[in-house]
Amino acid sequence: MKTGLDHRIIMEFIDDGSTVLDLGCGTGELLCLLAEEKDVKGQGIEIDDKAIFECVAKGLNVFHDDIDTGLPEYGDKSFDYVVLNQSLQQVKKPDHVLREAIRVGRKVIVGIPNFAYIKARLQIGFLGRVPVTPSLPYQWYDTPNLHFLSLLDFIEYCHKKGFVIEKSRYIGKKREVHILPNLFALTGVFLLAGEVKG
Amino acid sequence: MKKGSLRQGSLRFVETEYFTFAHPPYVFELEGGGRLGPVTIAYETYGTLNRDKSNGILILHALTGDAHAAGYHEGDKDPGWWDSMIGPGKAFDTNRYFVICSNVIGGCKGSTGPSSINPETGRPYGLNFPIITIKDMVNAQARLIDYLGIERLLCVAGGSMGGMQVLQWVVSYPERVASAIPIATTATHSPQQIAFNEVGRQAIMADPNWNNGDYYGGPLPVKGLSVARMVGHITYMSDESMNEKFGRRVKNEKKPFKFSPEFEVEGYLQYRGDNFIKRFDPNSYLYITKAIDYFDLSNGVGLHNLLKGIKTKFLIIAFKSDWLYPPYQSQEIARACKRAGVEAIYCELNSNYGHDAFLVEVDEQAHLITHFLNKVAESIKR
Repeated sequence: MKTGLDHRIIMEFIDDGSTVLDLGCGTGELLCLLAEEKDVKGQGIEIDDKAIFECVAKGLNVFHDDIDTGLPEYGDKSFDYVVLNQSLQQVKKPDHVLREAIRVGRKVIVGIPNFAYIKARLQIGFLGRVPVTPSLPYQWYDTPNLHFLSLLDFIEYCHKKGFVIEKSRYIGKKREVHILPNLFALTGVFLLAGEVKG
Repeated sequence: MKKGSLRQGSLRFVETEYFTFAHPPYVFELEGGGRLGPVTIAYETYGTLNRDKSNGILILHALTGDAHAAGYHEGDKDPGWWDSMIGPGKAFDTNRYFVICSNVIGGCKGSTGPSSINPETGRPYGLNFPIITIKDMVNAQARLIDYLGIERLLCVAGGSMGGMQVLQWVVSYPERVASAIPIATTATHSPQQIAFNEVGRQAIMADPNWNNGDYYGGPLPVKGLSVARMVGHITYMSDESMNEKFGRRVKNEKKPFKFSPEFEVEGYLQYRGDNFIKRFDPNSYLYITKAIDYFDLSNGVGLHNLLKGIKTKFLIIAFKSDWLYPPYQSQEIARACKRAGVEAIYCELNSNYGHDAFLVEVDEQAHLITHFLNKVAESIKR
């Protein structure tokens, strides 16, 4: 299977041989890649039954749990990286979860869909419809997403809360986006420091 | 597949074997301070132990289980209690693994228990049998594993009380177990669970035939044991599974009203209860339920502290409809693994069958166990 660009970028962020906690690991593709190519010792947390079965079939360690409540047992800095790829917008309390992720991880990687992508803007602005895009592919009535944010929203939120963004990369339909990401990128991937400023 | 197998997925006829240890002058010291000797353990094995003795899997049974986990005894219509999971090509694949199932001490299916002859008196122990614990059961099994020449087991697995033994194995002998599969179980028996066991015990002891445990050779406390079993069966099912199985259906034959069973559920429970005496000793029921009630692995220390530094890999399975051993108890085990940094998988399966699910929900459990064991076996080879 072809590796998604978001997974490629996350792989670049992660050092060989490190420990990774993947929050909302889905069917475990990223953890599997990390184990194979980066010798990563991974742990996933996932709430979907079927996804769990696939993770176990891939030989991954996974907890059937809710990431809104599943972190307090982990000690401070117990993982080199905590990954929240396409899951932060799906939890009930993203602020709490991200704070917990920063406590538990030495670094945190966050991947979010961009609600301000140009086609989304057009769908709202001109068509008057709730946007459906490659990174937000769901209809309003069956979406797992609870929160909608743009890349700028996330960056501004991090500044306000003292979360330090060390690296950021933006992904369009097929390749990385370098110009006006909040307009042209479908997805943003951020590497956050493991401490809060101020 | 081995030659002579009946068909894919079923074992040939199997036999129970017996191992006896602690012959005089030795004794087997128990956690409660008591001593036993000699001690016999009934066990069965399926598959072949490989040359480096690294493929041994110990299966641990629940309250009323026995060593006969898989295959058929000569002349029997029904296979062992976990035959759906153990056999060629099954979750515990006997083409690959050497599977051992041992009866617990205190039991009545070939292992030393209250119905065994006390060598000091020449009569059955009855209530002279010492108090036993889950730890004692595990220590006795460890002797059996020594005897079989296995230094380190690939896996220990079991549901309910079997799961408690799994946890005790990991804590007592961490270097001897590469992986552990506790299913529908708890690290600490809760007051509600103790309460149900106590109702069962009171029913047995209220039966006049119980005679302070000295009933061997005389009339048996059939009704007491039957009521204990009925309570047990209720806790093993769920509201939903009872609805499905019995509904409010009534039996066909019309009899004058005398509180004889009318509803199908009454008939089922009475039938199950009344037949239980054929295969279970009431005193064993008292001793084993007490061992379960004493079970509190962390005992104030915190389970995660007991698990710290342990290399054993865990697969923890719970069932959503299990109200006797609710998922929160398995989650506690999973959380302790998280805090201790122990490698673990936790999975909560959908099932309507309540606590019984661990015996009847085959497909999903088999999927999880097969892949988990694959991974463990591979990591050992490396």
